[in-house]
Amino acid sequence: MRPIKLLIAALGLVLLLAPAGLRAALTIEIIGAGANQIPIAIVPFRAEEGLAQKITPVIAADLARSGLFRMIDSGGVTPVPSEPGEVNFPAWSARGSEALVIGSITAQPDGRYEIRFRLMDVVKQTQLAGFAYTASAAQLRLTAHKIADVIYEKLTGDVGVFATRITYIVKRGSRYELQVADADGYNAQTVLNSNEPIISPSWSPDGTRLAYVSFEANKPVVYVQSLVTGGRQAVANFRGSNSAPAWSPDGRRLAVVLTRDGNSQVYLISADGGGTPTRVSNSSAIDTEPNFSPDGQLLLFTSDRGGSPQVYGMPASGGAARRLTFEGSYNVSPRFSPDGKSFAFVQRSGSRFNIAVQDLSTRQVQVLTDGSIDESPSFAPNGRMILYASTVGGRGILAAVSSDGRVRQRLTETAGDVREPAWGPLVK
Amino acid sequence: MRRILTGIAIAGLLAACASTPDEQEAAKVEDRVPSAKPTTKPADPGTATKPLGTGKVAADPLKDPANILSKRSIYFDYDSNLVKDEYKPIISAHAKYLSQNRSKRVRIEGNTDERGSREYNLALGQRRADAVRQMMELLGASGSQIETLSFGEEKPKAPGHDEAAWTENRRADIRYQGE
Repeated sequence: MRPIKLLIAALGLVLLLAPAGLRAALTIEIIGAGANQIPIAIVPFRAEEGLAQKITPVIAADLARSGLFRMIDSGGVTPVPSEPGEVNFPAWSARGSEALVIGSITAQPDGRYEIRFRLMDVVKQTQLAGFAYTASAAQLRLTAHKIADVIYEKLTGDVGVFATRITYIVKRGSRYELQVADADGYNAQTVLNSNEPIISPSWSPDGTRLAYVSFEANKPVVYVQSLVTGGRQAVANFRGSNSAPAWSPDGRRLAVVLTRDGNSQVYLISADGGGTPTRVSNSSAIDTEPNFSPDGQLLLFTSDRGGSPQVYGMPASGGAARRLTFEGSYNVSPRFSPDGKSFAFVQRSGSRFNIAVQDLSTRQVQVLTDGSIDESPSFAPNGRMILYASTVGGRGILAAVSSDGRVRQRLTETAGDVREPAWGPLVK
Repeated sequence: MRRILTGIAIAGLLAACASTPDEQEAAKVEDRVPSAKPTTKPADPGTATKPLGTGKVAADPLKDPANILSKRSIYFDYDSNLVKDEYKPIISAHAKYLSQNRSKRVRIEGNTDERGSREYNLALGQRRADAVRQMMELLGASGSQIETLSFGEEKPKAPGHDEAAWTENRRADIRYQGE
């Protein structure tokens, strides 16, 4: 595992949260904040000090990164509470905290750890949640993310996505690396290394496979790779170009863009490869970047059939397409929100490219970012954040923005050019 | 039309030949690259004369710098797949060569500048390659000899982020099988 460091700049404060000696794969920087932040105190868990991987700093970083929480200092409290009976609620209330997280870690005889935590309502002086986990040393970070998910869900009412993963491509010199990392950028692992470009990675709905386009055969070919076994296979390698894979929600099919019959059109193929592609779009123009609705009934895609590239929708089985974007001359890369009620896309205005969302019923558009080149939007599985690619000083970085535009983060690879992010699904 | 290069060819003449479309016959001459390292450009004016030999072995016209068939790049305007007049002689020469050499196969690789969606650019590059293919077919090449594909913005020839780099990268390249 690569050495890691996490740097958070929140509300003007810079907090170094990671143990010394670890260096970061990605740096996360919050450059905006939610309007109503929940004040929460997270007390170091009992017996946490001796662990190589501490739990509570990870929980705090997760919650802070969402922009929905404000961390209340938990220092100087003696004794440090780890059970409900040890909590002095008025003292925490006096610090301005509305919620409190306490817990303990116990080493097991088999080398694993038991992690117990409780989320307390400081105002009502009651317990909101309490769980115990058993984890190996290697699973401590994931356990921390799962605890953060429970806290997030209890206090915001939304599903937490801290225990999910992301994928993206890093270009280092002339090398291309397809990487998978935790949603906070830690544990980055290269799953494919190539001298030729890799683009358009896409998660299978169960999070076990990635589809992507690789140019290693000196032409664009669509592959599906298992993250479990590392095995992979070319699933679209027809005459011409093969690209833009998108999974059907049941994980059995891929929408892809092929030029085997001439111009770039959308086809459906089996995710396992084989069989004859079924053509679903029908135009003499460019049709590309397909994306399934969560119920699998509709496809969004980019087409320039009207003279400029715009977002269209059509039945996933083929049929009449309907134009959905009308503002501006360049609207591309549509991605459904997880609730299917809106979509994110890239809108050009002047020479800038920015991430926008459009409500499918009202057609109202909100531009969320203000970079010069923002592209490749991808929703978090709870729909609250959109991960995207941006550039700073000519170098590609990853960034995320809340779907209401209020919170923004930057995730920056320390070396190399990062692009083409995709946020993975919730995995039970 | 037939023009045989004999004796000493000066560099300026070679440069002039390179821009005319009917120079396949120039292939009759022997390899004109001097036996020394081929670092100086053949069309570099004012350099030393070039021994051409007596012309028994045919050089590959596709690699002959004096032959228009050695020109392989067609450049496009922004967001356009229209083939400009200045590039039609190149496409015409390759179409003629393919029609006369039915065993030859080409790939036409479309490229774009870096602006905009990677997948949309992949499709744009494909359309540029297809525009070149269609013109070749009209001029006698067979569709079965030509595969078109796109690199989109992924393999920029010029690495910069300015208009000069973008101009260089909006391009379709003609590549013969085995090259």
